[in-house]
Amino acid sequence: MATLKDIQRKIVAVKKTQKITKAMNMVAASKLRGAQEKMEAFRPYADKFAEVLASLSERIAADEEHAPALLVPREEVKTIDLILMTSDRGLCGSFNTNLIVKAEKFLKEKADQGVETRIICMGRKGRDYCRRRKYNIKDQHIGIVGARFGFNVAVNVGSGVIDGFLDGQTDEVYMVSSEFVSMARQVPTIKQLVPIVGVEKVEEAEKTEDVGYIPEHICEPSVEELMAEMLPKQVYVQIYRGLLETSTSEHAARMAAMDNATTNCKDMITSLSLVYNKARQAAITAELMDIVGGAEALKG
Amino acid sequence: MAGNIMLEVVTPDKSVVTEEAQIVVAPGEYGEFGVLIGHTSFLTALKIGLIRYKDPGGIERVVFVNGGFAEVLPNKVTVLAESADRRIDIDVERARAALKRAEERMAEASKKEDIDFRRAEIALARAMHRIRIAETRRAA
Repeated sequence: MATLKDIQRKIVAVKKTQKITKAMNMVAASKLRGAQEKMEAFRPYADKFAEVLASLSERIAADEEHAPALLVPREEVKTIDLILMTSDRGLCGSFNTNLIVKAEKFLKEKADQGVETRIICMGRKGRDYCRRRKYNIKDQHIGIVGARFGFNVAVNVGSGVIDGFLDGQTDEVYMVSSEFVSMARQVPTIKQLVPIVGVEKVEEAEKTEDVGYIPEHICEPSVEELMAEMLPKQVYVQIYRGLLETSTSEHAARMAAMDNATTNCKDMITSLSLVYNKARQAAITAELMDIVGGAEALKG
Repeated sequence: MAGNIMLEVVTPDKSVVTEEAQIVVAPGEYGEFGVLIGHTSFLTALKIGLIRYKDPGGIERVVFVNGGFAEVLPNKVTVLAESADRRIDIDVERARAALKRAEERMAEASKKEDIDFRRAEIALARAMHRIRIAETRRAA
């Protein structure tokens, strides 16, 4: 049976935990703001890039024989690379689990088809998991997601992936990242990076909103050469966006998790206080009975 | 002259320049080109170098670009670069250190004729242009 002292100690402990979770909530909130600003800052570049790429791809599509290697799907897929983005740190609810589950399902599917899979881990949590499960880790990048990082990170990772594809080491590259839908919703998504797909889709959307756009540019150097320069960048842009969204999602997930934890602490304190008060009252009543009993005995 | 042309320089991190200009001069893949309003639209890759432009007041300004692309429309120039710096954002000390590093690496790698050499060469060009911009500030 818990003594008064024990209950009191427990209350103090929960209060301390509450302070920590509350602080973590606020830190996450401030980091989230930074991450969101970074996402905003990236948008003009991404939009313009998509627009230019779309107009170029429209003109190159006619000549399929000489299509750039990065656009051509391989007929036989033997090996694939998967970039798995997770956070470095925990205490963010089911954020990492969701991402890993998504990746694992995909990997299993591919493995069943007899495709060899290699993983590029961005983020400690995913790496640790893959290590435990003895997955084939090709590369790892720790200390990026959720921290300050520049476009060059995406270039590093992306150029590695592209080289692997062009060398024939890998036939397809995918990326699992978290899409930041809203503060309350972060959805793990899987995207194909290489060979590049979905350029045409952007173009459709672009045409309707940008009326003053003139598609017939003079191109210097040729369309093909420009395309050859832009396609790798498209991969970098995708990876960078994935990193930004995953980072933002991580902070949002942590904020929500810590908010929950703080509320739970509050509930626990309330119920523990109740138990404490009851126990104290019981002790007082018992003592009173003793005194009364003693007095009665002396009288007798 | 019919008026000013919009100049936009954007990088993944931020929009570096959004300003009107009387004239824009940029380092195209096939040599420097100047753009006035009403230019025919074209698209070009850029080399590492300087974008120079005159603001509406006629003051010449310089921006460093680390390669990228320029899209020219009759009334607008958009530059997409992986990084770009205005004069005040350039860290001269850092650029000098980078220059020295690149030179050392080139001296080491020149025998091998490999990627390291090419990378160092690019780094060298970057550092030289950055320093050049910073120096003109001092002279002005």
